[in-house]
Amino acid sequence: MPSAIELRGVTKRFLTPSGAVFTALRDLDMAVEPGEFCAVVGPTGCGKSTTLALISGLEPPSEGEVDVFGEPVNGIAEGIGYVFQADAVFPWKTVLENVAAGPRYRGASNRDARERARDWISRVGLSGFEDRYPYQLSGGMRKRVALAQSLINNPRILLMDEPFSALDVQTRSLMENELLGLWAASSASVVFVTHDLEEAISLSDRVFVITAGPGTVKSNYKVDLPRPRNVAEIRFEQRFGEIYQEIWNDLRDEVLVSYERQKRTGAA
Amino acid sequence: MSVRSAPARLSAGMSATTEQAARPLVDLAARRRRDAQRRRINVAVLRVLVAVVFLSSWEILARLGWIDPFFTSQPTAVADKLWYWITQGTELGPLWEQALVTMEEAVGGFIVGSVLGVVFGVALGRNRLLSDVLGPYIKAANAIPRVVLGALFAVSLGLDIKSKIATAAVLVFFVVFFNAFQGVREVDRNLIANARILGAGDRQLTTEILIPSALSWIVASLHTSFGLALVGAVVGELFGATQGLGELIYNAKNLFDIEGVFAGM
Repeated sequence: MPSAIELRGVTKRFLTPSGAVFTALRDLDMAVEPGEFCAVVGPTGCGKSTTLALISGLEPPSEGEVDVFGEPVNGIAEGIGYVFQADAVFPWKTVLENVAAGPRYRGASNRDARERARDWISRVGLSGFEDRYPYQLSGGMRKRVALAQSLINNPRILLMDEPFSALDVQTRSLMENELLGLWAASSASVVFVTHDLEEAISLSDRVFVITAGPGTVKSNYKVDLPRPRNVAEIRFEQRFGEIYQEIWNDLRDEVLVSYERQKRTGAA
Repeated sequence: MSVRSAPARLSAGMSATTEQAARPLVDLAARRRRDAQRRRINVAVLRVLVAVVFLSSWEILARLGWIDPFFTSQPTAVADKLWYWITQGTELGPLWEQALVTMEEAVGGFIVGSVLGVVFGVALGRNRLLSDVLGPYIKAANAIPRVVLGALFAVSLGLDIKSKIATAAVLVFFVVFFNAFQGVREVDRNLIANARILGAGDRQLTTEILIPSALSWIVASLHTSFGLALVGAVVGELFGATQGLGELIYNAKNLFDIEGVFAGM
């Protein structure tokens, strides 16, 4: 059985507006198994989000190959869900219309799409808010809409780009638990980008550490904590502390490199 | 003081404080409403006062001979003229008919100009090649003082309503066009990426994301551009017409009828 996601020797270069070439990723290898929950951690600006853009097909790699379920990615891949860091729900659509957008774009009838949307809205705990507009919701509720919007398409792969970074701590661990519940009920593989190591460990089966840019995989760690987990409490377990220390030793160097670099460019 | 009476006193004290807290709250809301109303009245009175001061100083200065009524007229004369036009009709026919003609031209030009503006704006905002090829020409066309096109239209389209609609439409078009174009260009990239991931095709992207997102820009431009449509219609009439407020003003100017010019305005 092929991996859900496989990146082989992937390099991604961007042309900056000033005409210089910026290498975001260099020779990156990564594989995610079907149904696996992976977290990607690394210092700011190491190309974590770029990795997701490559997997989703929003951006093509400059070099190397990206496969999703054994098929090379060419344009927007089928069966992918993407939860963005910033709010990407459509502000001029109601909650119901937002969640129903995916099925409608894929040719479902309006009625069918709305019916499925109602189901997903109740699954993310937003029943009664179908006719609200995003600006009438709290940040956490907008994230729920974004989750339902992605999950309604039954993605085999769910990409998440620091989805909860803008939420307050309590809402965040609530959302993390709900995400684990929704994920357990599906069979999707998840790639969860975050800069928060604690969040990465408590959610995932595997943690990839990315080096300071240009990013490449420095190491990957299996997280052998039992499931189902309660995100709010798992950090008190002894094993959690051990894993944290192990990964942090690796991550710290990269964070320092990236910090030094920022200081230098800041001074220049 | 006995221990038993303490809870009773406590609850009595509490209910007293809640009552006290409730009353100022009601008072506060009532006072807010009263203040707001007083403010509204104040503003209205001051507004009328500004108009009265302006008009009366104009009238007084004209009567005292400090300004020459031949050039600046005076409010009473303008009002007389307007009343005459309303009751007796103008040289060109009843006043309301002239106003109607001008409105028709303005609305026609507004509709034509804004529809074309939105269509071109969205098309060019959507298509990089098209905008790169046509961009400089549109900027060049925008640099022309466009009201003079009214002269061109008066010759090529004749003295009837078509030339005025064209003048108004040209003025409206550029404002709406640039706003629609900018609106489409400024759409949040996250929203586009999200729609594409969710499965939106090119057409759906345009109708469901780009246009709704650009709509706030377009609507803002429609507000200003209706004023421009009126300008276009009146200017079109100045360049030659048989009817309309612009023609009325043009006639009055030729007869040194300054009251007529002001009344037309």
